[in-house]
Amino acid sequence: MLAYTARRILGLVPVLLGVAFLVFTMLWISPGDPVVALLGESAQGISSEALAELRQAYGLDRPFLVQFASYLADVVRGDLGVSVRSSQPVLTEVMSRFPATLALAGSAMLVAIVIGMVFGILAAVYRGTIVDHVAVVVALLGVSVPVFWSGLVLMLIFALYLGWLPASGFGSWRHLLMPAFAVGFSSAAFIARITRASLIEALRQDYVRTARSKGLSPSVVRLKHALRNALLPVVTVVGLQFGGLLGGAVLTETVFAWPGVGRMLVDAIRSRDMPLVQGSVLFVAVVFIVVNLVVDLSYAALNPKVRYE
Amino acid sequence: MSDRRPVPPSLRRFWRNRAAVAGLVVVVVLVAVAVAAPLLAPYAPEAQNLRERLRPPSGAHWFGTDEFGRDVLSRVLYGARISLLTGLVPVLSGLLVGTAIGLVAGYYGGRLDNLLMRVMDVLLAFPSLLLALAVVGALGPGLVNAVIAVAIVAVPGYARLARSVVIATREEEFVQAARALGARDPRLLLKHVLPTTLGPLSVQATLGIGFAILSMAGLSFLGLGVQPPTADWGEMLARGRRFLPDSAWLLIFPGAAISLTVLAFNLFGDGLRDALDPRD
Repeated sequence: MLAYTARRILGLVPVLLGVAFLVFTMLWISPGDPVVALLGESAQGISSEALAELRQAYGLDRPFLVQFASYLADVVRGDLGVSVRSSQPVLTEVMSRFPATLALAGSAMLVAIVIGMVFGILAAVYRGTIVDHVAVVVALLGVSVPVFWSGLVLMLIFALYLGWLPASGFGSWRHLLMPAFAVGFSSAAFIARITRASLIEALRQDYVRTARSKGLSPSVVRLKHALRNALLPVVTVVGLQFGGLLGGAVLTETVFAWPGVGRMLVDAIRSRDMPLVQGSVLFVAVVFIVVNLVVDLSYAALNPKVRYE
Repeated sequence: MSDRRPVPPSLRRFWRNRAAVAGLVVVVVLVAVAVAAPLLAPYAPEAQNLRERLRPPSGAHWFGTDEFGRDVLSRVLYGARISLLTGLVPVLSGLLVGTAIGLVAGYYGGRLDNLLMRVMDVLLAFPSLLLALAVVGALGPGLVNAVIAVAIVAVPGYARLARSVVIATREEEFVQAARALGARDPRLLLKHVLPTTLGPLSVQATLGIGFAILSMAGLSFLGLGVQPPTADWGEMLARGRRFLPDSAWLLIFPGAAISLTVLAFNLFGDGLRDALDPRD
């Protein structure tokens, strides 16, 4: 397992380099002068001589690869630049917003796993019945309905009409409930589909027939024998869904005025705060990569076959 | 004597799948609505009437009016144009670029394959909406840039799929035979290898349209895609939410339109996949 872990971590180095390269390139593919992009609106009215000086100060006159190397060195040291709007270090800004996004993505994940697995198991066990059909329809709606719309509909019903929950903001579990459901619902749909397919497949296997013929009760066979083996593909999907959750969080944070990284990123794009855009994109991408690594490793821990491939 | 050709089994399987057929029907209706929007819409989508602002659904305005007194039904109908277009264009561009990358990588293998696939890995290392936001963040908000962003997000999926099909095909006898007969690489790739990728790629593309429509609506909702006053469902939602809870119709109709469209493409795509790949 240790060798496998080391191999996986090493394998990530080129991907991380590539991600950093893409994020670095954002400044160069953005239309206009990179120094203007870095300065944002404050570049307006600056003379071309002053811009040239600033270009030199930022090191933007150096060769592209030299600049990338120095960017990389800064990133490794935790220096993601300075936000144009707030003049705060980008890392400080991102870190102050990250707990809110993590809380949202984490609770959405919980919602997704619970709802997704319950629907998936019910659909597989009662395959072909009305329960199955309802579960399939709910799962289809989950992948088709935009998260920002389901968020708004939840807000309309539970906050604005019924007054049960706060419409927006941050602070207590009551604030978290609607955004978590809105984001979690679409991932729940994926998890339900995979759980259903995987459990149906597992229920067909010989060991299930053997367990049944031994006279074990159907629920013991389903839950103890079949479900346990059916869970492996589900674990992978849960990991992959985390990316979707982070993406969904960006949209949902805007709907519920949730003070997370996603909303900050969108505001930064609107106000052309390039260092903050780059820093938040890099940060979220790295979080996503690390989460996927953890999921892969836990998958390998659960399934010895993976480690020896 | 009958000269009717037998119906292919995949087509028969598709027609037996009621959900898939329903999806196809909705897609066809949506395309018809998009094409005929000027004939169907009771008002011009951008025509303002400030005396009729924020009116609930009525006989004159079936879906109500917005804060400028514009007819929501007309805007939803015209919105089908933008939605279908912004769903199709990124998918087709992503498909074109992705397939080309996959063909070259899979056919030539070696270092080129390795390099191209590592680039695809890097693109896949981003959550898809984050990648789209990064591209829009670099290029700036707007319809064209959002379409480019969603297309870039789509590329690695098609590249990987095309590559895997090509690798399986490369050593097939008909390709070997064509090569032995002196066919050059471009001809081999386009005439013999490319056709084998079309089935799986068309399934992925159909499912991709739904996803592209969702992504574009999301970007427009964030104010980074389609810009006002163009009638677009995502943009309508972004503005409509400011008038909740009193004007709920501004939320219900555009949102339902997005959901129905994406659902239809998903049902159709799922049906295509099941019909072409009967193993499941």
